[in-house]
Amino acid sequence: MDWVNAIVQGVLLGGLYALFAAGLSLIFGVMRLVNIAHGDFIVLAAFLGLTITTTLGLSPLVALALVVPVMAAIGYVLQRGILNRTLGDDILPPLMVTFGLSVIIQNGLLEIYSADPQKMSAGALETASLSLPGGLNVGVLPILMFAVAVAVIAGLQWIFYHSSLGRAFRAVSDKQDIAQLMGLNKAHIFGLAMALSLAVVGIAGVFLGIRTSFDPSIGPGRLIFGFEAVIIGGLGNLWGTLIGGIILGVSQNIGAQINPGWQLLAGHIAFLFVLAVRPRGLFPRID
Amino acid sequence: MTTERTYSISRSSKTSLVAAVVGLLVLVGLAAAPLWAGRADMRLLSEVFLYLSLACLWNLLAGYAGLVSVGQQAFVGFGGYMLFALAIFAGMSPLAAIPLAGLLGALVAVPVALLIFRLRGAYFAIGTWVIAEVFRLSFAQISALGGGSGTSLPVALVKSIASSRSMREATTYWMALGMAVLVLVVIYALLRSRNGLALTAIRDSELASQSFGIDIWRHKFAVYLITAGLTAMTGALIFLQKLRISPDAAFSVNDWTAFVIFIVVIGGIGTLEGPILGVIVFFLLRETLADLGSTYLLILGAVAIVVMLKAPKGLWGMLKEHTGLELFPLSRRVVKDKT
Amino acid sequence: MADAVLSTRSLEACYGDFQALFGVSIDVYPEEVIAIIGANGAGKTTLMRSITGLLTNQPQMVTWKGRSIGALRADQIARLGIAMVPEGRQLFQSLSVEENLIIGGQVGRSGAWSLEKVYDLFPVLKERRNVPATSLSGGQQQMVSIGRALMSNPDILLFDEISLGLAPIIIKSIYEALPTIIGEGMSAIIVEQDIAKAVSVSSRVYCLQEGRVSLEGRPQDLTRDAISAAYFGV
Repeated sequence: MDWVNAIVQGVLLGGLYALFAAGLSLIFGVMRLVNIAHGDFIVLAAFLGLTITTTLGLSPLVALALVVPVMAAIGYVLQRGILNRTLGDDILPPLMVTFGLSVIIQNGLLEIYSADPQKMSAGALETASLSLPGGLNVGVLPILMFAVAVAVIAGLQWIFYHSSLGRAFRAVSDKQDIAQLMGLNKAHIFGLAMALSLAVVGIAGVFLGIRTSFDPSIGPGRLIFGFEAVIIGGLGNLWGTLIGGIILGVSQNIGAQINPGWQLLAGHIAFLFVLAVRPRGLFPRID
Repeated sequence: MTTERTYSISRSSKTSLVAAVVGLLVLVGLAAAPLWAGRADMRLLSEVFLYLSLACLWNLLAGYAGLVSVGQQAFVGFGGYMLFALAIFAGMSPLAAIPLAGLLGALVAVPVALLIFRLRGAYFAIGTWVIAEVFRLSFAQISALGGGSGTSLPVALVKSIASSRSMREATTYWMALGMAVLVLVVIYALLRSRNGLALTAIRDSELASQSFGIDIWRHKFAVYLITAGLTAMTGALIFLQKLRISPDAAFSVNDWTAFVIFIVVIGGIGTLEGPILGVIVFFLLRETLADLGSTYLLILGAVAIVVMLKAPKGLWGMLKEHTGLELFPLSRRVVKDKT
Repeated sequence: MADAVLSTRSLEACYGDFQALFGVSIDVYPEEVIAIIGANGAGKTTLMRSITGLLTNQPQMVTWKGRSIGALRADQIARLGIAMVPEGRQLFQSLSVEENLIIGGQVGRSGAWSLEKVYDLFPVLKERRNVPATSLSGGQQQMVSIGRALMSNPDILLFDEISLGLAPIIIKSIYEALPTIIGEGMSAIIVEQDIAKAVSVSSRVYCLQEGRVSLEGRPQDLTRDAISAAYFGV
């Protein structure tokens, strides 16, 4: 029964990892940018949620209504102010600049909030659980988070393939020059892509903060989970990313079930295994 | 009537000759440091040399082979742990264990490269990070090496380096200096060889060099292994100086990759001189600002971003553009022969 | 004669250290079709990229209806009513045929052209509206590219190498459709290597050679020899 429980919890955890990954996948798809500070933005969103819940006395889920737009605004400004200048044939500038951002965010948070672990409380929701047949107990909150993750992926999928914004994203991704001839301002489109990416990061960060304790140093770890989910699922495929997140979550929980010290290691090994046998991921779309 | 002029290709210039002489003098002066420097100064200088070595190696990897890694701490930590393992389990003298640690580092880099070379560009970078995490978590599982809390080098082994404390300190100092010189010599020789020319071609245009029949994968693979081996040796030296190792210290991304990247970016990526200048700037900044703690790191991050945006070739690149200075004669120039 | 709608004045263009255009001045008058001919590397595509803003210039080097537009971004220029059918079609491979057309209309200019009108002009596109655009044949892709430019209801249409890489029969049908495509009130620039084709549809011809205008005039005033001298530089 422990094993079944570990797998079910792993699947639900995978939803959170898919949220970590979705924003990363999105900006890579649109502008081939990999944001090394992605994980630190997740932690920034968690701290933002913390500040809002403690100062305004709101529930974390209500705080999302503030965190998401603020993160989106940060994303847009960041992209237009700094990151757009780094894009080009050379991969080094965006990598180095987002690496610098990662250091700045980590140490900025350290200055403001100290290194103490923090946690957000979602009240009664946190302890509520559903009893499933077979004696399984599954928390309502993890189920809710998983459902939101699926909804976010579906929403992004819809935006990408059925909205005019998504059309613009794909056009700019295909051919930047020609897309501009269609009246699309590349700088603005990239700004919107980063805004959308950090909006998802906002949700991911608040969920992270409700689920576990967090401190300023854990960002890079979240980046790695998101990255692994993207690669396992296959570049450019959002549903693949969700499956990648689930595979990662389940592997970690199975590893932890064998030996608590193996939790993270098992996830990394699952990733390296997929890389070895299917280097393009399980469901690749981008070449 | 025409006067015949002959031209030839040369790499050396007057400045590079002067630089070679000055460099040699500086080296002699530094080698004599145990005679003139205090204990703390020698420790600091050792650290400078080891960071210089790491920075030059990362520069070779990212600036010349186009392999941007944020996971070189994997090899620093691996080298350190190999030194401790060889010393503790095999009773090997640290002096013998260091080159062996380097060899093992290059060896373990083979399967690592085969795996992560499947990733491109920035994804390669994060892939190297995952590898470093796997190393960290794996070494934390080895209880004979202290598990997650780490272990110390047995006193008897430390004493086997040299009997007196000052002699031990001088020895480790010379080893650090020797490491930096070794790395510089290896990289310089590599870049001046035919392979170096191929590497420069790959750096400038991967597509074009491929069409000239350069096997890009093989060159990158070779550079990755060389870098891994020398990084592991440097790592062994770092932890020989510290005398204590733990997974978190050995595989720290901040200490062994972030700082190293800042050194190279600030100094100037893709030049041999850049990391040397960068390491000097880095330590000047650190010695003056380190009391600020996390604010210091904040400033460092901001400086790196500004340099990348405003002067992507770093301080050395700016200097070179304005003066044409080149200390290491790498680029070929056409000179008119005297008749 | 009325004022030119589009002019370039002493236009210079560089790719890094390589200068591709040296003081090129051309004019396009209302409802006029001009041809730009020249050998490979003469600077024709560079001229198109400069006009459409894909290469940035000094402001006064390009004027549109009396306004200096040389320093505007490509997307701003597109919104003014300057559209291009680029060399090699350049369709968006992740977009379906219909999406390629729709995105062309996203510039937000009103006018006669709509999805329906484009489908009327090229009925085969309507049948294949939902397939990925790059899965079409070369000729059909050129139709999408033309349709995509028309969807923005432009005042001037730039055709860069419209017959390059297409079968002769397709080229013939495209040239036959040109009068419908370049409708009332519209001007056009046709960039061609095929001199005869270009001359047949245009009222004036500019010949470029090594980044300079080597000849200009009305087709009937130009002799074959003069054209080949300007074209090949012999």
